[in-house]
Amino acid sequence: MIPAAFDYQRAASVDEAVGLLGEHGDDAKLLAGGHSLLPLMRLRLAAPAVLVDIGRLEDLSYVRSADGQVRIGALCRHHDLATSDEVREQVPLLAHVAGQIGDPQVRHRGTIGGSIAHGDPASDLPAALLALRSTLVARGPGGEREIPADEMFTGFLETALGPDEVLTEIRVPAVGSAPWGFQKFVRRAQDWAIVGAAAVLGNGNSGGPGVGLVNMGATPLRAAGVEEALRGGASPGDAAARADEGTEPTDDLNASAEYRRHLARVLVRRALESAGA
Amino acid sequence: MTAAEVTEAPAAGLGTRLPRKEDAPLLTGESRFVDDLAIPGALWLGMVRSPFAHARIGGIDTSAALAVPGVRHVFTGADLRDGWAAAMPCAWPVTEDMKAADHWPVADGKACYVGDIVAVVVADSRYAAADGVDAVVVDYDPLEAVVDLEDAAGDRVVIHDALGTNQSYTWTLAPDPDAVERAFEEAAHVVGERYVQQRLIPVAMEPRGVAAVPSVYGGDLTVYSATQIPHILKVMIAATCGVPESKVRVIAPSVGGGFGSKLNVYAEEFIAVALARRLGVPTRWTEGRSENAVATIQGRGQIQDIELAADADGKLTAVRVRLLADMGAYMQLVTPGIPLLGAFLYGGVYDVPAYSFECTGVFTTKTPTDAYRGAGRPEATYAIERAMESLAREVGVDAAEIRRRNYIPADRFPYDSASGLTYDSGNYGPTLDRALELVGYDDRRAEQQRRRDAGDTKHLGIGIATYVEMCGLAPSRVLASLNYAAGGWEAATVRVLPTGTVQVVSGTTPHGQGHETSWSQIVADKLGVDPASVEVLHSDTAVSAIGMDTYGSRSLAVGGVAVDMATDQVIERARRIAAHQLECAEDDLELADGGLRVKGTPTKAMTLQEVAFEAFSAHNLPDGLEPNLVGQVTYDPPNFVFPFGTHVAVVEIDEETGMVELVDYAAVDDCGVQVNPMIVEGQLHGGIVQGAAQALWEEAVYDDDGQLRNPSLTDYCVPSAAEVPSIKLDHTETPSPTNPLGVKGIGEAGTIVSTPTVVNAIVDALAPFGVTDITMPATPERVWSAIGEARSAQEGAS
Repeated sequence: MIPAAFDYQRAASVDEAVGLLGEHGDDAKLLAGGHSLLPLMRLRLAAPAVLVDIGRLEDLSYVRSADGQVRIGALCRHHDLATSDEVREQVPLLAHVAGQIGDPQVRHRGTIGGSIAHGDPASDLPAALLALRSTLVARGPGGEREIPADEMFTGFLETALGPDEVLTEIRVPAVGSAPWGFQKFVRRAQDWAIVGAAAVLGNGNSGGPGVGLVNMGATPLRAAGVEEALRGGASPGDAAARADEGTEPTDDLNASAEYRRHLARVLVRRALESAGA
Repeated sequence: MTAAEVTEAPAAGLGTRLPRKEDAPLLTGESRFVDDLAIPGALWLGMVRSPFAHARIGGIDTSAALAVPGVRHVFTGADLRDGWAAAMPCAWPVTEDMKAADHWPVADGKACYVGDIVAVVVADSRYAAADGVDAVVVDYDPLEAVVDLEDAAGDRVVIHDALGTNQSYTWTLAPDPDAVERAFEEAAHVVGERYVQQRLIPVAMEPRGVAAVPSVYGGDLTVYSATQIPHILKVMIAATCGVPESKVRVIAPSVGGGFGSKLNVYAEEFIAVALARRLGVPTRWTEGRSENAVATIQGRGQIQDIELAADADGKLTAVRVRLLADMGAYMQLVTPGIPLLGAFLYGGVYDVPAYSFECTGVFTTKTPTDAYRGAGRPEATYAIERAMESLAREVGVDAAEIRRRNYIPADRFPYDSASGLTYDSGNYGPTLDRALELVGYDDRRAEQQRRRDAGDTKHLGIGIATYVEMCGLAPSRVLASLNYAAGGWEAATVRVLPTGTVQVVSGTTPHGQGHETSWSQIVADKLGVDPASVEVLHSDTAVSAIGMDTYGSRSLAVGGVAVDMATDQVIERARRIAAHQLECAEDDLELADGGLRVKGTPTKAMTLQEVAFEAFSAHNLPDGLEPNLVGQVTYDPPNFVFPFGTHVAVVEIDEETGMVELVDYAAVDDCGVQVNPMIVEGQLHGGIVQGAAQALWEEAVYDDDGQLRNPSLTDYCVPSAAEVPSIKLDHTETPSPTNPLGVKGIGEAGTIVSTPTVVNAIVDALAPFGVTDITMPATPERVWSAIGEARSAQEGAS
């Protein structure tokens, strides 16, 4: 429960954070809400030499609507997301998902940016952002770039972010009243999902249905087979039967891979049904 | 204080929901736990623990650790070996020939479980100690782990070379084996079941912690420990560390729960004492949460075989039980005795004419087991209450009906059980009736059938369990007959100070229970004073010199009774003083309005404060009466107390996912007279959820290499309020005839009965699939698999 020694630097701006990351390279980790990183450090599973704290960058905590998108600052806390009127109206799936994360304490500390940058397949928000065809904005020494959510998650706890890039903004299509559903299977309310499924139909930007899966492999995933079936007019039940296509779920204390595959099919069907597909 | 003001004091008597005195300091953070104590100059200890379940310890290289800034020393088992006066104690050698290996605070030569201490780092800070622990290099030669109980019993790999076997003992209780044999031969119905009690991690909210503060020149030693048993710890420190007992003072400051896990004396306590004495400075250690999972005892860990014999009507004629019990790697304080606490109760609440029990304790390469809330009695209750479901199925009657046919009739108390206990009092039927009423049993059954008929995939299940437990540990003579090393008495002192406030000194050691409130109520009720004017002192061996501490639902039934009896002594002395002063006969005095007055002459009266001041000044006391108004009692109970009750659970099972939701829960308990019903209900709420956790959520999962796979609260699923329904409580009141308060213990009852209640509900829900048992905890995957397997079997059969 005692982390290894580390240096602590508080960045006053995103550019300063980018500079510090460039200076310290792989030895540095960004600290936002700290709800994934600090437990790993306390268990000594992670031992960064330098923590760059961006948790007080107020200008990264916002929700704005523009150009058919909802733009969310990376430091937006889950609680703020869950209770934001703009998010609730423009992307109700995202507000709902944020309200299901962990417990109230976690939701008041954890940030959307941290949840994405950590790249944990068991996190709920990445699957929702995949379903919503979101775009992520990162700033590095060379300026800003956009990363489609589909290209963000590259491996277990690995993302497309460079070692000196800071995730600054999440851009989500304002899907408004598009039907959506979310299913999270947990033994306890506060737990990570054993499996989860997020679905949004009639997606405003792409015009196609989006389905994201939680904890069905090394990364957050899109259920491509389900989306294809839905585009072809399949019923929720038939589409959901393809939920585990292309997935490689793990065996762990909570569930076997076989059971996870089964759950994915059940949960996707229920998410689609609750969306009214 | 005038008499009028006294009568207007808040109601405090027995049965009053007095808010807890403890809560304000706890909720505001004013209470101090061991880790909160500021101890100038203390060095922090860090424990180097074996990462292997079973390994020979080769060289230990401490050079890198000693180079860590802030690290002062590193001690290995060999360094400390000569300093111990004795190996760590096991106070309950259950049989004359019980085998147990010497258990040293720091392992030397061999580590026998993941978490076994192999070296100790001493450092300026907790952080430096943690870094030092990481830097110690131990050369381990891993050996095969012994995880499975039957494998352990077979001695394929023997853990303790000196013993030559993993079987520690076999303890038998068979008052009339021929009668048992005969009953099974003549039975119309026989059922036999095997149940597995998984290991549980107690998870007290506060992990353990200890600080040892030596007086270098005075030679004495103060030990602060997060313990349930400061009095017993004091004795054990004297014995293990070779310190004269008179030089040891043990203080348990605020202690954040124990559930039995702090009813123990641990290596870290002895290490802190030994190093504080050796180095001449205070030492301290605070356990981490994941460290707690491996370093603090675990509970349960049994394989149970139970057989019931019954006549054609389903009336029990015999119960026969055989256990294999997991001791873990070593015997801790009362490890071998835990199964014995259940050994007498596998007949449960039923009139069982013939009974036999046998338990074999085996060593494994896992964390030692020991007392965990209920300790032996939850296991017993689980086995009989699950097996009664099998009997109901076998006989073809409802789960409630099989119980009614077998309950010990109310007119048979005190009831002598075939296992040799005398149940003090009981009346089981009404608790069943009321619990069924609280959940709307008939409506629930109708709804269950309606869903089944409609092919609904959400299945309802209703589970019933009735329990009786023996608690209030314990009559010293009974403990002697079980080879337990100590007695079961409890001490109390009640003093009325010259200014009229009352001090109670109790030998019990609360760690969340609310003794300060309850003991105040007992005294205030009897003396007629405001409970706020009663102060309760405890948990410090310099203040409360004599005590047997808190465990086994004993505090009220033994310690509270001692307080009550000491209060009687105060009243008797006060009566003598008042009669002397008021020049009347003692019999002419009555207790009223917070004082003593002459019956029929209310103007002739003395307040308790006036009597206390007379006792203090001692200017004019009756001949032969000592000064000061003090009562002092050490009470050894004549019998256990036997609380009982019936719980009913309603679950809903999602057939598609296997998820079990607890949708309703009713508990009707009888703990005799209740001192503070709010505290009783709090004990029940927590206990019920803790027991339900065994049914649904919790298990210490070990892999084949003896690694604990879930040593964190992320993976070890302690439930929260979000997982349980609002619990419906009611009670009946059947006073215990064996103590003057009529009280029985309630600290463990909820945990004892809720596990089978919930599992019975799960199995009831799954009955249409032909499922008759489920492995605990009943995780969604296990339930889903059970449904799948049962369906495959049914399809195969048709």
